[in-house]
Amino acid sequence: MTETPQHHGFGSMRRKEDARFIRGRGTFVDDIKLPGMLHGAILHSPHAHARILSVDTGAAEAHPKVKAVITGEVLAAMGLAWMPTLSGDVQAVLATDKVRFQGQEVAFVIAEDHYSARDAIELINVEYDALPVVSDARTAMDEEAPVIRDDLEGRTDNHIFDWEAGDRARTDEVFAGADVVLSQDMLYPRVHPAPLETCGIVADMDKVTGKLTVWATTQAPHAHRTLYALVTGLPEHKIRVISPDIGGGFGNKVGIYPGYVCSIVGSIVTGKPVKWMEDRSENLMTTSFARDYHMSGSIAATRDGKVLGVRVTTLADHGAFNGTAQPTKFPAGFFHVFTGSYDMQAAHCEVTGVYTNKAPGGVAYACSFRITEAVYLVERLIDLLAAELDVDPAELRLKNLLQPEQFPYTCATGWEYDSGDYATTLRLALDMAGYDALRKEQAEKRARGELMGIGISFFTEAVGAGPRKHMDIMGLGMADGAELRVHPTGKAVLRISVQSQGQGHETTFAQIVAEELGIPADDVEVVHGDTDQTPFGLGTYGSRSTPVSGAATAVVTRKVRERARLVAGAMLEADPGDLEWDAGRWFVRGDRTSGVTIQQIAMAAHGDLELPEGVEGHLDATTVYNPPNLTFPYGAYICVVDVDAGTGKVSVQRFIAVDDCGVRINPMIVEGQVHGGLADGIGMALMQVMAFDEQGNHLGASFMDYLLPTSMECPSWELGATVTPSPHHPLGAKGVGESATVGSPAAVVNAVVDALKPYGVRHADMPLTPANVWRTIQGSPFRTDLAIT
Amino acid sequence: MQVPSHFEYERAADVEQVLALLARYGPEARVVAGGHSLLPMMKLRLAAPDALIDINDVSELSYIRVERDELLIGTLVRHAELLDSPVAAEHFPIFREAERVIADPLVRNRGTVGGSLCQADPSEDLSAAFAAVRASAVIRNAEGSRTVPLREFHVGPYETVVGDGELLTEFRVPIKPGGSSAYEKVGRRAGDWALAAAGAAIWLDGGNVADVGIGLTAVGAAHFVAAEAEEYLRGRPADDESFAQAGRIAAEHCRPTADQRGPVDYKRHLAGELTTRALRRAAERART
Repeated sequence: MTETPQHHGFGSMRRKEDARFIRGRGTFVDDIKLPGMLHGAILHSPHAHARILSVDTGAAEAHPKVKAVITGEVLAAMGLAWMPTLSGDVQAVLATDKVRFQGQEVAFVIAEDHYSARDAIELINVEYDALPVVSDARTAMDEEAPVIRDDLEGRTDNHIFDWEAGDRARTDEVFAGADVVLSQDMLYPRVHPAPLETCGIVADMDKVTGKLTVWATTQAPHAHRTLYALVTGLPEHKIRVISPDIGGGFGNKVGIYPGYVCSIVGSIVTGKPVKWMEDRSENLMTTSFARDYHMSGSIAATRDGKVLGVRVTTLADHGAFNGTAQPTKFPAGFFHVFTGSYDMQAAHCEVTGVYTNKAPGGVAYACSFRITEAVYLVERLIDLLAAELDVDPAELRLKNLLQPEQFPYTCATGWEYDSGDYATTLRLALDMAGYDALRKEQAEKRARGELMGIGISFFTEAVGAGPRKHMDIMGLGMADGAELRVHPTGKAVLRISVQSQGQGHETTFAQIVAEELGIPADDVEVVHGDTDQTPFGLGTYGSRSTPVSGAATAVVTRKVRERARLVAGAMLEADPGDLEWDAGRWFVRGDRTSGVTIQQIAMAAHGDLELPEGVEGHLDATTVYNPPNLTFPYGAYICVVDVDAGTGKVSVQRFIAVDDCGVRINPMIVEGQVHGGLADGIGMALMQVMAFDEQGNHLGASFMDYLLPTSMECPSWELGATVTPSPHHPLGAKGVGESATVGSPAAVVNAVVDALKPYGVRHADMPLTPANVWRTIQGSPFRTDLAIT
Repeated sequence: MQVPSHFEYERAADVEQVLALLARYGPEARVVAGGHSLLPMMKLRLAAPDALIDINDVSELSYIRVERDELLIGTLVRHAELLDSPVAAEHFPIFREAERVIADPLVRNRGTVGGSLCQADPSEDLSAAFAAVRASAVIRNAEGSRTVPLREFHVGPYETVVGDGELLTEFRVPIKPGGSSAYEKVGRRAGDWALAAAGAAIWLDGGNVADVGIGLTAVGAAHFVAAEAEEYLRGRPADDESFAQAGRIAAEHCRPTADQRGPVDYKRHLAGELTTRALRRAAERART
């Protein structure tokens, strides 16, 4: 075995956490086993919309291994039948009056083992009175549509909100004066994050100490702790949320699910720990979906291809409860960053949210708060414009991309982009692809009657939520704390609030400390995912870990360094102001042989060295980082596909992805993130959708019907990088976790539409399954979000 | 985690013991081999057998060999074994092509040929492949055994002629000179069930079709066979025109149903398209 060299600072290094994962030694929620632990199972509604007439739990309660059966009525008596959502709505924990989507939680059985709990579920008898169903968002506001949320006082329709951004009048004016205006309806279908590990919890209420300990699949342990305190009335210091190893989140594990609340109640009722782990169908049917945006977009341009403006009206399907997770001020998330990467005069969007008889949630799935939808919209519109003007889509993009000197750039809907050199990134992608040769190959293939397509997507992300004055979730500001302790021997422990679900935080954050303190990354232990052990922060989603907690880590490490400067001054008998820092040492300016290492300083700081007045000793520090702005990573993606006209089958031949996420802390981890996101993009573009039939039946409730891409559908990714640092992030870094998921679907769809050009195809909705592509070629596409008839 | 309801479990060592256990537990017992269809159904509680009789130790059912003019395939043969079998590929390339697109390596390592046929899923690939090559199935029972042509094996979706107390033990495929075979399938991604798939076995007599078998799956073809297209082709020139017409006939006579994999017109089109493609490739192979 070769020894891994000690690693100082930034650069590709193997992930510290993988040592346990590849040995099967991770600890996930389902690995938690406590003495006397009981097991919960949920009874779900088979109906999408029905009144509950009665719930008979007698037979289930009589099961010899059942300890308790909790119904909506039981919870109502405790004031817990409903819980607040992350969007200011309420959601049923267990249904009392009606069920409002197929799979809604109706009862919770607690038994000695999981099998018995599941058996007892079948002994519960619920009488339903079926009601008419709204399964198509486009009919939700119809006069005759049933009112789904009659629990809300005065509610007479299924309307949730109207929201707009940008300048409507100015946009109208720009459109009126444009040579070319193109419009297109496009659907971003309802998809699911589908993490490999489903959601689950072990809740343990210790009645003696009054302390509730919760092991849960959560991307936001601190936010969950505060919400549990607010909802249940338990004192917050008596709640400890532990998020152990997590098998993928992608947004699915941001919210609080009924199963969590039921397990906590179950532990309080039985006095025993209660475990509940979802099965795959439960995860797909009931937990946070993503997208479901019905968009009507338009683009205005001059005859010679200068984009003037974009506008869009969107119908947003939010399901039966408005449970989307996003900063409070933004009911459509960051969708209004839909002007994308282009310089334009005006833009306007209107978003209308509606209730339907589908699962609540929204936003989830690596979308940076709806930027996926925004990027898809503008990148499809740009391609439509290129086709209309008969201009090469790469050329049209180069003509309209923001120029480096325009940054910081305030877009027509108000976002301030921090930095970018877009054309350089696109040109690199075009070079890597051999773009001109590809177009030539395409022409040759077309002449032979073969279908080949080349699709480009240039995306700009807005991540790292966010500045406290603009962004909060349920009143909790989105700043993150960090604590750094340096032990006497110079080894460090970093405590952060963000929680890794596979992102490699234990490595990346150790590397930040290593870079800033000049010690090996292996000398830094990263503690996360335990609210009793880490400072407050809002969690990991929206690609915010590096932009927010990464910055906090840099800041706190620099604080430690400054504390070390004072100690070093005492050690060197020099004025701290005369010291210089270099690679883990403070030394007297001009005399590089004179320095003391951080390890020597740490020992001295804990030792008997006499410290100057006002210097505390030790090196530990804490900080809270409130980001001044979001960071704006971007990238240029090029997808090459072949389409079999006889079968409609799309095969992705190549995928070139050049990402600019600012300074890369661990380029290998960044590339891993991009690989995963590109696979996500191929999944969404080609095979994933949760469709519903007229009765509201979920038509993608298993992995036989809801497809995840495999390595067989993914080409060998061709990755490139440009580095344009963020000017306001202490490390110049930007987030990258969601870039590829956000940017790639548009490239795939643009490629397929490009391939179908000989048939006069302008657009096709995702997913581009063989049937959908074949029907599109025939000129009779179907709605991909409904049952195929 | 999805968990099944209660069941008894027995592990048999030979065919005699399987039959004895089937007799003891009665019609609510199920034979399990790879379990890749039955166990998910049990976990989803779509199936709740009283007892499982595990035949994984019944090694006498695990063979692929040629005897006289027949290829014999024991029903406990794993998909991966049929995929990798040189003797099967030598006589019937259709098996290798069909197996390559069945599920994924994990399922193929465990799932069995017999189990797939007994599951009788209307989208199952080997049903079409065996129908194309006109295999027959050997079924054992307490009285002895009986042989059923594959084209009479399926009674309907998820239903076969294998009765209570019986065990499917072998497939027999007649080997005739001058022929070859091919399989064409379209799924939404690797490992997906077929949106449609067609298998063709063809025997040439000079430039003409001496005999042909066409199997179709996932498109509601009776007994997984495109009988009218076969009839049309016999004696005709083995050329693109005939194969295109055979595809049209196959498309016309199948009965697909719409689901999230695709609408009826698409599946019908695909049945024809894949029939033509499979015939073309099988004929090309038969010529060389």
